Amino acid sequence: MFSFAGLVELAKADQVKTDQVKSGLVKPGLAKQRLRSINFGQLAALLLLLTIFALILLGPLISLFSKAFMTKGGDWAGLANYTQYFKTPSLTISIGNTIDISLWSTLFSATFGLLFAYALTRTRMVGKLFFKYLALLPIFMPTLIHALALVFLFGKQGIITQLGLDINLYGRTGIIIAETIYTFPQAFLMFSIALEYADGRLYEAADSMGVSPFTQFIKITLPDIKYTAVNVLFVCFTLAFTDFGAPKVIGGSYNVLATDIYKQIVGQFDMNMGAVVGTLLLIPALLSFVVGKVTNSINASTLSSRATNFKIKKCMPRDVAFFIVCIAVSLAFLALTAALLIGALSKYFPYDMSLSLQSFMFDSSTGGINSFSHSLQMAIFTAVSGTVFVFIYAYLVEKSQRFSLLKKIGRLLSALPLALPGMVIGLSFIFFFNNANNPLNIIYGTVLILVLSNVLHYFSVPFLTATGALKKLDSEFECVSESMGVPGYKTLLMVSAPLCLPAILEIFMYFFVNAMVTVSAVVFLYSAQFQIAAIAITHMEEAGNISQAAAMGFLILLINVIVRILYEAAIKIVKAKLARKEITNV
Amino acid sequence: MSFLEIRNITKRFNEQIALNNVSASVKKGELVCILGPSGCGKTTLLRIIAGLETANLGQIIIDGKDQTYTQPKDRNFGIVFQSYALFPNMTVLGNVLFGLKQRRELSKEEVHARSLEALRLVDLLEHKDKYPRQLSGGQQQRTALARALALSPSYLLLDEPLSALDAKVRVKLRSEIKTIQKSLAITTIMVTHDQDEALTMADRIIVMNNAIVEQIGTPREIYDCPSSAFVASFVGTMNVYQQKSVTYAIRPEKLEVVNRHDKYDLAVNVNEVEFKGPLTRIYASCADAPEIYIDIPSEKADAMRVRIGATMFLKTPQKHLRRWTV
Repeated sequence: MFSFAGLVELAKADQVKTDQVKSGLVKPGLAKQRLRSINFGQLAALLLLLTIFALILLGPLISLFSKAFMTKGGDWAGLANYTQYFKTPSLTISIGNTIDISLWSTLFSATFGLLFAYALTRTRMVGKLFFKYLALLPIFMPTLIHALALVFLFGKQGIITQLGLDINLYGRTGIIIAETIYTFPQAFLMFSIALEYADGRLYEAADSMGVSPFTQFIKITLPDIKYTAVNVLFVCFTLAFTDFGAPKVIGGSYNVLATDIYKQIVGQFDMNMGAVVGTLLLIPALLSFVVGKVTNSINASTLSSRATNFKIKKCMPRDVAFFIVCIAVSLAFLALTAALLIGALSKYFPYDMSLSLQSFMFDSSTGGINSFSHSLQMAIFTAVSGTVFVFIYAYLVEKSQRFSLLKKIGRLLSALPLALPGMVIGLSFIFFFNNANNPLNIIYGTVLILVLSNVLHYFSVPFLTATGALKKLDSEFECVSESMGVPGYKTLLMVSAPLCLPAILEIFMYFFVNAMVTVSAVVFLYSAQFQIAAIAITHMEEAGNISQAAAMGFLILLINVIVRILYEAAIKIVKAKLARKEITNV
Repeated sequence: MSFLEIRNITKRFNEQIALNNVSASVKKGELVCILGPSGCGKTTLLRIIAGLETANLGQIIIDGKDQTYTQPKDRNFGIVFQSYALFPNMTVLGNVLFGLKQRRELSKEEVHARSLEALRLVDLLEHKDKYPRQLSGGQQQRTALARALALSPSYLLLDEPLSALDAKVRVKLRSEIKTIQKSLAITTIMVTHDQDEALTMADRIIVMNNAIVEQIGTPREIYDCPSSAFVASFVGTMNVYQQKSVTYAIRPEKLEVVNRHDKYDLAVNVNEVEFKGPLTRIYASCADAPEIYIDIPSEKADAMRVRIGATMFLKTPQKHLRRWTV
């Protein structure tokens, strides 16, 4: 009588033995000894970076909220500021305006972004690479410049207006167009990523069953990208909702929240009311942040590992149709860039259109050429310190052997800047740093505060880039190094960093380009001695000197394109070098 | 006096118990295998010996000193992981040098000489300037071994060092590792889930299951006198038979096939015959046992003309029958 069930019984008995040992395993008195097993160097580094980050992230936010709930004299006001705000129709009208322009621009940019991304990922049209880079053109310019380029085309003396087509640019129309241009690259990039990964098996199965391409799109493609679509809508809405540059230039008398904050702070010195509007700006950003978290966690599990490559079928009419859409969008972007160039290069737009470099002789009263070199300094400083900080931060959070609670806090904090609009960061930075009681006050008015605000503002995306690259590395590199007595920083410098070089370059470029174009955060923080280019553009535009503004915008675009080209070249070299060592999966 | 002593180690991850009061000892110069199925806690035990994890309870004594809470860098061991964790941006030589360069007390010449010596030991001298990804799996494995040995560690830890390799290379490397280990007389602890590996390489085996040690002994002891039904069926094949609170077990090769029916013999039905070279395995069954394994020399199987569907009679020699009371 053989019974193999006996084995099962034995296994159960083992389980019982295990269950008997449950609680009370750690004896007191061991705590002191256990301290010896902690890597204090790593712990100190992790604590230091977390503290710095938390201080710079949370300190200003707390200041912002306390300002919103305080009177001018510094007493507790409760909701009094909010009550006053909502009782002032000249202020509350902006809420409706901002929602209105955000909805329309989101609708447009999401539609065009989807079409453009679909054209580049799911058709066989020609010129994909050209279109791809052209679609990114807007991210190399401050939003002020999008608006300015529109002025050259559709403004009172604009080229197209002169030809007899007046679209009544200033105000709602202009803002919607400018925000559409601004948010288009984001929508395009997000849709591209979603559309790039397709399970070829599903389409092949549908083909074999004779399902039409249109039905395939509705039943297979759309469900695949629905979470991305939700995300795109929220992200674009938030970007448009919180943008300051475009409404500043072509808003006219059409008020939005971002320009209201500026007026409250810079025009009327009403810090408390500014803070109130700032907190309102946070609402869609926070909402978008939560939606992003939720949709990403659902999205993560959708693609099967057995998915096969998607083969794009030949279909001439489809390719032609999408080609036309891409050409139309590209022409629009090229026209804007050309208008900017014409504005910058003409002697006295629009009266004397003869070629001249006069606009590049910047008046020193509105910032001068110094502002450009300041911007460069700030962008390089931001890129260097941001890259170093983000990478070490990500390394410690990703690769520390212990300290799971600290690592969790680190991850949580890293995502928060995504929910902070630039205006809110700038505003809360003044409240926090321009305070006599704060010892960090000394950096107020220096380039340091600009760099700090930029690193914080653009922290989250580079953090994800860095952790993504680090996750691909063998988690046992650190164990091996430790066993050989190699200190952690050496492993970071000699193994992890060289292997993550492509990601590091990407982070560097991201910080640089964004620091060059940002206006919203730094508009409250620059000092008269340290003017920067994007802000100088607002001054030039306010002074009526739009040709110089265009020239400055063109310089920003130029430097960003150069940096991008250098980046692409560097990536090529690094990848070739790694390939020689047959390291392909990093 | 043992070189390494594991005393009452308990480790929990949240509510999950990874090691439950585990004790064992390793003598100097010995190769000990920790053998067990995945999730039994063997890798956790190795990581605690390395100092990469800290036990909740218990002690690790190395060379007479309590090292329970010592950091890995102060323990002087070499380690080879299943993934090898070779630094892909450094050459073979660079990998070996990486740790040696940290030793301030060594001169440049010494560092170089020692790294070359380590590479000679694993027969990789001619590949020293290649990058890890340009090597075969076996060569990568030996690079990892050279890297671990170059620092002259006082003990060596191997975490499933062969399981990423194909069968042929694996068998070859078993004896190579064993030869190197014996020639250096380095105390070695190796984690594996492969019983063949443990039986052929180990001086002694620690069999683990469900966070506890099931048995410690030489390969012969483990195979011939398994202390539990788990060990019996995990190491080699075992027929297990349960009657009330007593479990009986016998190895397939110890069952004797007889021609004539004696009243003490068991009548079984042949379900499947599998030719395995010198041996033939017969899968048989009787009234309430779905699967009985019998190994007999192939010659004998031929002579007996074992056929599927036939009935045959088994004798169970008492001296080979193992008994455990639950």
